[in-house]
Amino acid sequence: MVDEKLVASITRAVLEQIGSAGVTGACCAPVAHRGDAGSLVQNGELIDLRTQENKTAITLERAQNMDMVEQMRKTTPARIGVGSAGPRLRTRTYLTLRADHAGARDAVFRDVDEDLLARMGLFTVQTLCSDRNEHLTRPDLGRQLSEETKRELRSKCQMSPQVQVYVADGLSSQAIDANIEDFLPALMDGLQDLGIQTGTPFFMRYGRVPAMDVVSETLDAEVTMVLVGERPGLVTANSMSAYIAYRAKVGMPEGRRTVVSNIHSGGVPAPEAGAHVAQLIKTILEARTSGVDLQR
Amino acid sequence: MILKTTLAGRTYAFKDVKDVMAKANEQKSGDVLAGLAAETDSERIAAKEVLANMLMSDLREHPAVDYDIDDVTRMDQDGVDTAQYNRIKNMTVGEFREWLLSYDTTEADIKGATRGMTAEMVAGVAKIMSNLDLVYAAHKIHVESECNTVAGRRGTFSTRLQPNHPTDDVEGITASLYEGLSYGCGDMLIGLNPVNDTSASCKAILERFDDVKRRWQIPTQICVLAHITTQMEAVRQGAPTDLIFQSIAGSQKGNESFGFTTETIREAQALLREKGTAKGPNVMYFETGQGSELSSDSHFGADQVTMEARCYAYAKQFQPFMVNTVVGFIGPEYLYDSKQVMRAGLEDHFMAKLSGIPMGCDCCYTNHMMADQNDLETLTLSLAAAGCNYVIGVPASDDVMLNYQSNAYHDAAAVREVLGLHPIAEFERWCERVGIMENGRLTDRAGDPSIFTERSGL
Repeated sequence: MVDEKLVASITRAVLEQIGSAGVTGACCAPVAHRGDAGSLVQNGELIDLRTQENKTAITLERAQNMDMVEQMRKTTPARIGVGSAGPRLRTRTYLTLRADHAGARDAVFRDVDEDLLARMGLFTVQTLCSDRNEHLTRPDLGRQLSEETKRELRSKCQMSPQVQVYVADGLSSQAIDANIEDFLPALMDGLQDLGIQTGTPFFMRYGRVPAMDVVSETLDAEVTMVLVGERPGLVTANSMSAYIAYRAKVGMPEGRRTVVSNIHSGGVPAPEAGAHVAQLIKTILEARTSGVDLQR
Repeated sequence: MILKTTLAGRTYAFKDVKDVMAKANEQKSGDVLAGLAAETDSERIAAKEVLANMLMSDLREHPAVDYDIDDVTRMDQDGVDTAQYNRIKNMTVGEFREWLLSYDTTEADIKGATRGMTAEMVAGVAKIMSNLDLVYAAHKIHVESECNTVAGRRGTFSTRLQPNHPTDDVEGITASLYEGLSYGCGDMLIGLNPVNDTSASCKAILERFDDVKRRWQIPTQICVLAHITTQMEAVRQGAPTDLIFQSIAGSQKGNESFGFTTETIREAQALLREKGTAKGPNVMYFETGQGSELSSDSHFGADQVTMEARCYAYAKQFQPFMVNTVVGFIGPEYLYDSKQVMRAGLEDHFMAKLSGIPMGCDCCYTNHMMADQNDLETLTLSLAAAGCNYVIGVPASDDVMLNYQSNAYHDAAAVREVLGLHPIAEFERWCERVGIMENGRLTDRAGDPSIFTERSGL
C-alpha cells in the first residue's frame, strides 16, 4: 500500500475510535480542512492556470488524512485530490483543464517558429498537404512529397549520407520549438564524435512519420532519422519523438522503425536524448537493421 | 433491387449495395479518406432513399467481406436463426426502421429479430435513423451480462474505473483507483491500460487490484488491458483476473493485424474457465471503434459504420461481459469533429444493442480533433438516456497515459442524478457501507481517497 505501517497504525486508531462495528459513518472520522484550496488568487493576483504548480495542486478541502492525500498525489501526474462542487468539478479544476486543453490545441494548430528554423539553418519543404486541416485529416498526403519537392531535396542536400537527419512538425509544432535547439547540437556533436557522417538537415511542414521513407529513397540515405512533434496531452504539449530507420523504403512494415519517444523537459530531456540517439544510430549502422529486428 | 433514384430531376445511380451503404452514411472523415463517401448532401440523401427501399434480405446477401475469406462473415452468416430471419427478410430497410420504432414492437420482439440479423442488416437500418431515433430505439433494448455482478439492468448506469499511469507505477495506479472509488466509480470494471505489455507488469497490477477488491469486498470486476496473449501468460503465471480484454475489428484481416485469431479468444475463454477469478459466465471484454479497419487496410472497401457493426457480430460469438467503442480516440482523419463523434457514439451503441451486445462507450476525444469536454458531456448524457450500459471514468477527465480526455470520475454521479439512474445494486450498497453514497447521491465523504488508506478494508 501507499505506506503500510502508517496505514496500519491509523487503521488501529480509527477502529478503536469507531468500535468494532466495521461500518463507518461520515460523522466519526477525524477530518482535516483546507478552506482556500479552490482559490484563484495568490498574493493579490489571479493565478496562472498553466503552471505545473497549479496542475498538481490539491483542491480537495476535507480529508480524513490530508497528508496521505498529498503523498498519493506525488505518486501520479493524474489529477487526484481535486474535490468537487456537488457532483461536479470545482471551478479551479474545471478552468485548469480547459486551460490545458486550450494549450494543447494551440500546439497542434500553430506553425513552427520561422526564426528558430532560420537560426538552426533549416530550409523548409512541404508534403502534399496544402494546409493544417488537410494535414490532420489526410495522413496519406502527409507521407508524400511532390516530384518537385524531391528535386529540391536532391539539389539542396548532400546525396547518399550515412545519416540523414530532418525535422517535421507532426502533431505538435510547439514540441519542435521546445526541443530542437537542445536536441540537434547534442545529436550532431555525438555523431561527429562517433565518426558518423551526416547529410544536410531540413524542416518538413505537415509531415507524418512515413514521409521519412520517401526522404530515405530520394537522398539514398543509409540511416534516416526524423524528429516529430507528438500528439499533445494535457500534461504536456512539448513531447517530441525520434523515428530512426535503416534503409527506409516506402511501404516497409512499421516495425522497422526504432522509436525514442517522450523527449521533453519532464520526460527524457532533449540534450540527453540527442546523445542517446547518436549512440542508437551507431548501433543501427553496425547492425545494418532497425526496429524490431534490432531487438533480436 | 433498385440502385438509382432521382432528386429534383437529377438522377443518382449507385454501383452496388456496398456503394449505397457507404454513401448513405452521415458524413465521416474516415469514409472520405477511404474514397467511399457521398460527394454531396443530395447524393447522401439519394443513397438513404435507395437503402430504405432495399429488402433486409438484400443486405444479408451482400456481406461487406466475402464468406470464403473471412471468419467474421462466416460466423455471422452461419449464426442466423432462419425462422427469425424469415420474419423480417421481406421488409424493406425503411419498414424495418418503422417496426423498430413502433409502439407495438416490444423489447422481446426486437430481441427475437436480433437472432435473425447479420451485421449488414444492423448497419443498414442505423444509416436511415436520426440521432434521436438511435437513442429511442436503443432505449427499448436492455442487454444484461453477468460476471461477478449483473450489469445492464434497466435503470443502471455503470462505469469502468480507468486509473492509468504513464509508467505503470503500482502506487500511482492505486492512488487513482482510490480517488475513483471515492466517487462511486468502478461498478462495471476496474480496468487499466498498461504502458508495459509484459506479463510480469500485468500480473503485478492485477494482484494489487485483486488485493483492494478483496480487502474492501468490492462487488465488481478487474482486468488489465494488455494484449490478449500477454494477459493469458499472466494468468498462467497465477495472475488473478476476472476478465480478458482484446481490441477487435470487423474482419479477420483486421483481427490478424491486432495480433490474434478466433482460436486465441477461444483459448482465453478456456483458460479463464480453469484459472479465472470470476463467477461468470461472461468473461470477455472487447473494445471497438469506427475507422480501425481502414487504419489497418482491412476494410475491404466497406464504410466504417458497416465495419463497426461487424465487430459486434464478431463479439457476440464470445458472449462478452462488456464491449465499448472508444469513439473519439482514433483521430480527426476518421471522425473529424464533435458532430461526427457524437453521431458515431450513438450509432455504435444502437448497433451493438440491436446485435445483442452489453454495450458501453468510452466518450472521448484527442487534442487534435475539433471537439472539447462540452461535446463529450453532451454525448454522455445522450447515451445514458439511450440506456448505455457504462462509460469510462478517469481522474478529472484527463488520461495521463493515453493522452486523451474521457469522462471524469465525477460525471457518472451527476448523470445518474439527472436521469434517475443508479450503479449496479450491489455496488451501490457497497458505496453506502463505505459511506460515500446515501439516497442515490454522493455524500460529503465522497471524493476523499484517504478513506481507503485510513483502514485496511471492510
